[in-house]
Amino acid sequence: MKKTPFHDIHVSLGARMVEFAGYSMPVLYKDISSEHHAVRKQAGLFDLSHMGRVYFRGTDAMKLAIAIQTQDPVPMKPGRIRYGLLGMWDGGILDDILIAREESGFMLVVNAGNRDRDVAWFKEQAAGLNVTVDDATDRLAMIAIQGPKAVDIMLALGLPGAKDIGYYRFSQLPHPGGAIDVWRTGYTGEDGFELIFDASRGKAMWEAAMAIGTPLGLIPCGLGCRDTLRLEAGMPLYGHEIDRGTNPYEAGLEFGVSSTTPSIAATALKAIREAGVLRRLVGLEVSGPRVPREGCGVFAGTIQVGEVRSGTKSPTLEKNIATAMVLAGYATSDVPLTVDIRGNRVAATRTAIPFYRRPDRS
Amino acid sequence: MPRPANLRYLKSHEWCKLEGNIATIGISDYAVSHLSDLVFLDLPEVKTDTMRGEPFGEIESVKAVSDLYAPMTGEIIERNERLQAELELLGKDPFGDGWMLRIRVEKPSEWDSLLDDGAYQKIIDAESH
Repeated sequence: MKKTPFHDIHVSLGARMVEFAGYSMPVLYKDISSEHHAVRKQAGLFDLSHMGRVYFRGTDAMKLAIAIQTQDPVPMKPGRIRYGLLGMWDGGILDDILIAREESGFMLVVNAGNRDRDVAWFKEQAAGLNVTVDDATDRLAMIAIQGPKAVDIMLALGLPGAKDIGYYRFSQLPHPGGAIDVWRTGYTGEDGFELIFDASRGKAMWEAAMAIGTPLGLIPCGLGCRDTLRLEAGMPLYGHEIDRGTNPYEAGLEFGVSSTTPSIAATALKAIREAGVLRRLVGLEVSGPRVPREGCGVFAGTIQVGEVRSGTKSPTLEKNIATAMVLAGYATSDVPLTVDIRGNRVAATRTAIPFYRRPDRS
Repeated sequence: MPRPANLRYLKSHEWCKLEGNIATIGISDYAVSHLSDLVFLDLPEVKTDTMRGEPFGEIESVKAVSDLYAPMTGEIIERNERLQAELELLGKDPFGDGWMLRIRVEKPSEWDSLLDDGAYQKIIDAESH
């Protein structure tokens, strides 16, 4: 199993380690709910080094960026980041990504579980172009500092420039030991930063962040709360809300698609836009004590009209919430829905995605 | 948390205490900490039967649903009615107030095939590595 630069730290902290996308990763250090609340109220420190980091460099980097994903990369100035989808010829989704414009090309952050497939696909599409596809994942470390105290922690970490970075922008900030790429992005629904730096600095950066952040309420956070945080914030997880057989419009990800960019998926996505979708992702609040899980059937009366894609007990809302892909007519109608949880039908109420908005953004 | 003496275990982390022909069943402190973030417990009705090695209920955490397995065969004579509403008892006192069922055992010899404390500790040590 692969290890991130922070692996020994996780183990020494007593984290529960699990295999995730071929990496040994911390699912929790103490428990999911206290880590979740720390991010909502103070700050959390996440190891994201398992996520794929891939550079496109060369005079044809723009051509490759146009082809393989659904955002329009042309107007992006250096320092800009967008959320996009790796759209396939049929409109299905190979992965969801962040794409960042650099002076000399692009950097993409891709899902750990899709990295090898994504990189192979990029290289296939790069054939004949003057562009190198450089999978830098193993030589870089990545952490996230997320939560209302994130700006203060960055300041104390010697990265005061972080507070001036706009949302979905990044900057290379000077730091003793070498410049650090700081992204104002995250997967929690809170303000925060994602930091990318040389893997050899991992241990020192983690220890510095904890030493400075602990008095401000920063705690290490595992993949368990990463999932509850992102679901409350309505952010899709590949393999759940989206996958190879789901298109962006079904998943409510219109904002991730440029209708004027001639990507590989453009023709199919235009046809889907014009024809309308057969299924739509909806948010559900599910009654009762039991947690709706991926794969639970969604019913209108006796008829199954969809299935749960993700579900959890929301630590912030203290309710059971789920995303479900349902036949489009049932996404917006007021026909009552139920969810089959281990053989019991429980009432479900449609609710807006995101389930949670942070107070200063509502 | 020290485990009380004279309990026996399944490798799936249920504990069992035998007094005469009455067995008390629960789950260990290790199981509770490993499940983490408990949200729901489903226990069977009194007067129904448990079958050794078969599921008798379910415990659910934020991350997953787990079956609970019966260490011994018998008829349920009592269940911990407090527990379903107060899952935190499992964290505070898994071997005491966090008990789940009492059963009248039908096959006392099943006790001999359960894990003693030393054997159970080996299961925990193996899982922790």
